[in-house]
Amino acid sequence: MSVATTTASEVVASTLATGKSKDRNVLSIAFLLALWFSLFFGVIVLVALIVDTAIKGSPRFDTELITNFQSVVLPETTGFKAGIVGSIWLMVLTALLAVPLGIMAATYLEEFADNDKWWNRLIEVNLANLAAVPSIVFGLLALAAMSLLGFDRGGVVLGGAIALALLILPVVIITTREAIRAVPRDIRFGSLALGATVWQTTWRQVLPSAIPGIATGTILGLSRAIGEAAPLIVVGFGVSVLFVPDVGVDGLNSPGTSLPNQIFNLANQSREELQTAASAAIIVLLVMILGMNALAIFIRNKFQRSW
Amino acid sequence: MSHALNSAGPSGGTGLRAPINLGKKARPGEAVIKALLLASAVLSVAITVGIVVTLIRPVIDFFQEISVGEFFATDGTYAVLPLIVGTLLVTVIALLLAVPLGLGAAMYLSEYASPRARRWLKPTVELLAGIPSVVYGFFALQFVTPELLQEFLSLQVNFTNSLAAGLVLGVMVLPTIASLAEDAMSAVPQSMRQGSLAMGANRMQTTLRVVFPAALSGIAAAIVLGMSRAVGETMIVTLAAGAQKVWSGDVLEGHQAMTGYIAQTFGGENPVGSTPYNMAFAVALTLFVMTLILNAISMIFVRRFRQVY
Repeated sequence: MSVATTTASEVVASTLATGKSKDRNVLSIAFLLALWFSLFFGVIVLVALIVDTAIKGSPRFDTELITNFQSVVLPETTGFKAGIVGSIWLMVLTALLAVPLGIMAATYLEEFADNDKWWNRLIEVNLANLAAVPSIVFGLLALAAMSLLGFDRGGVVLGGAIALALLILPVVIITTREAIRAVPRDIRFGSLALGATVWQTTWRQVLPSAIPGIATGTILGLSRAIGEAAPLIVVGFGVSVLFVPDVGVDGLNSPGTSLPNQIFNLANQSREELQTAASAAIIVLLVMILGMNALAIFIRNKFQRSW
Repeated sequence: MSHALNSAGPSGGTGLRAPINLGKKARPGEAVIKALLLASAVLSVAITVGIVVTLIRPVIDFFQEISVGEFFATDGTYAVLPLIVGTLLVTVIALLLAVPLGLGAAMYLSEYASPRARRWLKPTVELLAGIPSVVYGFFALQFVTPELLQEFLSLQVNFTNSLAAGLVLGVMVLPTIASLAEDAMSAVPQSMRQGSLAMGANRMQTTLRVVFPAALSGIAAAIVLGMSRAVGETMIVTLAAGAQKVWSGDVLEGHQAMTGYIAQTFGGENPVGSTPYNMAFAVALTLFVMTLILNAISMIFVRRFRQVY
């Protein structure tokens, strides 16, 4: 029926059928509305979450929030200095542990591995599995790793960094592989034709071209790690850390805490002031995470080459 | 999100090899580099082995003290079944919310959105996956339970309840399902859509009767992976689903989930080697096996989905 009403200009405008002309019946419109709702449901929840938390936390948007340590005695001025510094310090260590290892593993799998060999396929399957292991299990593994390394307790900065590094390693490997795979084969062929070896090609051509993709994936992985609390609880991160850990080698063995851990602890407290402080701290955490996401998107849009 | 799926099969690997023999000069340095790279790749397998070893040792100690029957019981200090029920309850609620909405979002992104709109909308949906779970847990505890369930819907729910935890968990796994299902539907060849449209179908009919069935195994994999994420999530259930082991199916009350038990045990003062401490490892092993099985199912789906075209 609608075929007859198709005008000549419409035929010229689209040579391929899109089905749009037949969409104007009640059922189709209801379906489209349902799809719209599905798409924007998440956004609505996100906005509700941010607005609700910001309103509840608004009385505590002051400098004491980031300059004071946690205090149950003075809940009106309790702060998150230890958590904020702890989270940043943890991020740096996690990146140092996970990023080089992840890039090396991804480089091997993309540039050197022979996919017909069973052990390379085993690594592939294993990576996909690791990416789906619950984060809390990595906390247990980090605890065991710490006792192997000879630490008598796991709840130190290094223990948390190991847990988070183990957690994001599969993410870093998988995103780096995608970045490496996006570099066209022609670049490699050109380099090889000029007499470079496979490693020279990888080091001088492939990896530099893949840097924006690798950076984007790594930052997204780290932004996931910075919000994690579960593996850190298992490792034994405290909440009543009332000092800033030393930055440096000595700081590896100092008791750790993180912003998500402090928020978790306050969420279980019944006092109104502590809940307000937790809401304000959540906004701080979200700003850190959204900032990292924005940075990742910026790097992707600004530096990523399309071949 | 989509990355886990992409790496599932033996794909990729440019398999770069020098077309001519460059081996005339010995290059010991490069052999060392290659060995180092291989070692870091093998490390991922070592991590898996490490997880299994770490979990099994305390579990052996645990079962020397507690019988298997006591562990797989519905009642008692060392019973795991109430925890499994707690986990399954929140997971089912989460999937009831996330599957229809996730698939709806995926259908829109894949079949209706213009490429430009999709470039903006997909990262926005995926941003939901970037919100820390402790924030979601706090949101469930402070907003969903008191303001949405108790006040707005006037439900008689407890302070901690599986309903709020499950709903918020659903929001958290929604982007996983949406993103992976969108990948699966985008992979359906354009010629199938053109064929359907040429036969006179509209976009809704094409989406539901052609694209959806063609992408079904990929969509199933997305749902299973979302489920595995929901099962392993910790902070939401620890905060919002309560700390009481309850053997019932009432979603208006709180149920401790498996991950919640582990977090509670390690957050408390349980000495290393004590029975509750070892029990946490036994629960973790059960959880690990559950997610492993779910992941294997999702991989089988993916493999089927790849063979279609």
